[in-house]
Amino acid sequence: MDLLEFTGNGIYCPLADVYLDPWKPVPKALVSHGHSDHASWGHGSYLCTTSAAPVIKHRLNLSGNIQAIDYGKPVIINGVQFSFHPAGHIPGSAQIRVAHHGEVWVFSGDYKIESDGISEAFEPLKCHTFITESTFGLPVYKWKPQCEVFDDINQWWRRNQSAGKVSIIAGYALGKSQRILKNVDHSIGKIFVHGAIDSLTQILRAQQLELPPTIYVTNEMKKKDFEGALVVCPPSAIGSPWLRKFDPYSLGIASGWMGLRGARRRRGADRGFVLSDHADWTDLNRAVEDTGAQRVFVTHGYSDVFARWLSEKGIEARVVKTRFEGELAEIAESGLDESKTEAA
Amino acid sequence: MNEFAILFTMLDQTTKTLDKIDALVEYFAKASDRDKLWAIAILSHRRPRRTVSASLLGTWASQLAGLPPWLFEESYHVVGDLAETITLVLPLSTEESDETLTYWIEFIRALEPLDVEEKKKLIVGAWMRLKPTERFVFNKLITGSFRVGVSQQLMVKALAKHAHVKENIVAHRLMGNWSPIDDDYHDLIHSEEIRDTSRPYPFYLAYALDDSVETLGNPEEWQAEWKWDGIRGQVIVREGNLFVWSRGEELVTDKYPEYRVFLDLLDNGTVLDGEILPFRNNQPLPFSLLQTRIGRKTLSQKILSEAPVVFVAYDVLEYNGIDIREWKLVDRRNTLQQIYERQSSTALRISPVVAFNSWQELREKRSRSRDFFSEGIMLKRKDSIYRDGRRRGDWWKWKIDPFTVDAVMIYAMSGHGRRANLYTDYTFAVWKENQLVPFTKAYSGLTDEEIREVDRWIRQNTIEKFGPVRSVKPELVFEIAFEGIAKSTRHKSGIALRFPRINRWRKDKPIREANTLDDLTSLL
Repeated sequence: MDLLEFTGNGIYCPLADVYLDPWKPVPKALVSHGHSDHASWGHGSYLCTTSAAPVIKHRLNLSGNIQAIDYGKPVIINGVQFSFHPAGHIPGSAQIRVAHHGEVWVFSGDYKIESDGISEAFEPLKCHTFITESTFGLPVYKWKPQCEVFDDINQWWRRNQSAGKVSIIAGYALGKSQRILKNVDHSIGKIFVHGAIDSLTQILRAQQLELPPTIYVTNEMKKKDFEGALVVCPPSAIGSPWLRKFDPYSLGIASGWMGLRGARRRRGADRGFVLSDHADWTDLNRAVEDTGAQRVFVTHGYSDVFARWLSEKGIEARVVKTRFEGELAEIAESGLDESKTEAA
Repeated sequence: MNEFAILFTMLDQTTKTLDKIDALVEYFAKASDRDKLWAIAILSHRRPRRTVSASLLGTWASQLAGLPPWLFEESYHVVGDLAETITLVLPLSTEESDETLTYWIEFIRALEPLDVEEKKKLIVGAWMRLKPTERFVFNKLITGSFRVGVSQQLMVKALAKHAHVKENIVAHRLMGNWSPIDDDYHDLIHSEEIRDTSRPYPFYLAYALDDSVETLGNPEEWQAEWKWDGIRGQVIVREGNLFVWSRGEELVTDKYPEYRVFLDLLDNGTVLDGEILPFRNNQPLPFSLLQTRIGRKTLSQKILSEAPVVFVAYDVLEYNGIDIREWKLVDRRNTLQQIYERQSSTALRISPVVAFNSWQELREKRSRSRDFFSEGIMLKRKDSIYRDGRRRGDWWKWKIDPFTVDAVMIYAMSGHGRRANLYTDYTFAVWKENQLVPFTKAYSGLTDEEIREVDRWIRQNTIEKFGPVRSVKPELVFEIAFEGIAKSTRHKSGIALRFPRINRWRKDKPIREANTLDDLTSLL
């Protein structure tokens, strides 16, 4: 019997009778982070990291049935040892390590290696079997260091300011938005946020995440309130009448998908900033290598391609189907649409 | 090259015309005359000849990036653009380059006589000296097709602004046979004399009439003609030479030997605007016949007798060596009539004026367009001058409604460029007894929203994958619109459609109610 199995409900540990990031209701769920395709409704009990818990509680409206545990602290269930380790994806996000009789599996959830200034830094873990995501598992996806991306964003904001335009930047409400708030040069001007982002930002602030002051956009505000400002909104706001009050504005999108010219042009944004909370091609390879795993299961993303690439390098790699998103191009299109997938 | 890369980025980042013009003007102000000329040439699709094949570039890039060919191929399918794929997979450059655009173009031109190994060495060297956007531009210069949303008209506007020369003059000077290799910026844009006797005038292009025809006002102010389904062309006779230009600014004199007689029929200093039309026994032939001879290098007797062409003239732009585009249409038309009546060749015809007294009468005539082998009606304001480019107001095309057929999607392929990584190119089938027979491909016509929905459906309903193509469960029905239909021996279905496109998604129709091949052949 394998330590972890891939079932129709999610990733299952038969020895401990628990699921990791299940998508169908189960009695016991271990949850890697708060994005809706990983933290889903209806489970009997939830276990996640201390810093992920407030957001998960808020999003799923949980009260009693959620337990939180600090990073690195083991919990034994039916003799199987589980522990959560930083995945660097968003604040509170974790890889879940599963160990039993000296055999170690690691489920990566979503991850990135580069430090983003808000998430607990990714921790490389040794294991025998690694379950990795592959959202950007193609060699055309290679990120620039985040400081260069923020230089671009700051320059764009300043230019818009002098051209009398409001700067609107769209990014996933949980994680990406706060990463923008944290790293943008807030001496340039005032920063406004969309309601969906405001509530999550408040929760993270209460967890001692230091962010610059933001103003929640309300209906009563007038055009002149936004002069020279930066407005952070979720991708779902693109194309909605909500944007009208900021006119004239320049629209930027912060997403890994913006690395391709076709996707950039298709979204009809003025600027695409290549900023992702997932590992790029280089870092996916590095992460796999650092685990020392002989066996790799590849979940959501360009899983076929990445698994074949790993196999050719002599690693036993297999694709597993999960519900962590639809197919890859669906993310390419809807990766910016928060209702359908995790932050891209 | 850095300046040009910046220009490219600015043009690519905005969809607003004014911003694009500003970016171009800013570039022209900084660039040398030689760079300017190359920039104009590249943006108006006059590229240097390809000196390295695309597949070699792909091979070298994957080697340099340490990728197996299949992985490069997969990446290319997702990106949808070879130049961009190469740019993205290569390691970051190790050096910098401050050479000009002209330098890099000369660099690419100089590759031509070299052997493969020498070419590889130079190209790899170039890649490792160029920053990502420069590298992309460099790859594009080699592989071709620079689509950055700069129309000829937009560039003319920017250049006119920069050079302080009137737009219509710039537009004219940029037409025809010039090249950044043989010509000088100053001579081309500022010189009054026309050194190039072949130089055509910019074509005046009509917009489609979307509103009701009554919005055009008094019918007496308008001249109506049939709209022909051929190739727009300009016939020039100057200094004892004949030149024939197609709308794509391609010199096609040799492709239409039927027109050689024009040298004897037309006076020097005559330029006619009209339609290159396949024609026999006093009637136009289907466009598909013309297509059979367009691509040929040599025209056999057989082709010439199967697809003979005439020139159907509808305007005269130069007469007795004088540019008469500022004359009113009625006056130009009278002149054209005189030119036409003076000769007796069967290869030169005049597009007849369709007489009408009321819009209602014209509407009725238009509904019979197909009886005249025409696609509808052209409306031209009688007192209008001949303008340049596509402009609203004086010329309108009022096409008849297309044919439509309900068809079942059976294959899908991902698109390129803006549609890369999305399944947007579909193959459709109709029924022949109990089988679905593919008969056409079509891609445009769906909204972005629908494209996403269909894309998702395709991924969930794939039967088989063959490279970039997927066969899908026959389930979705679409209404396909097309302008014409002809017999074809090249297609399994035995028919070929003209301008097929998706009209709408028939979510209400089960596949059993799609049309049959017999329905289509009955239109032949």
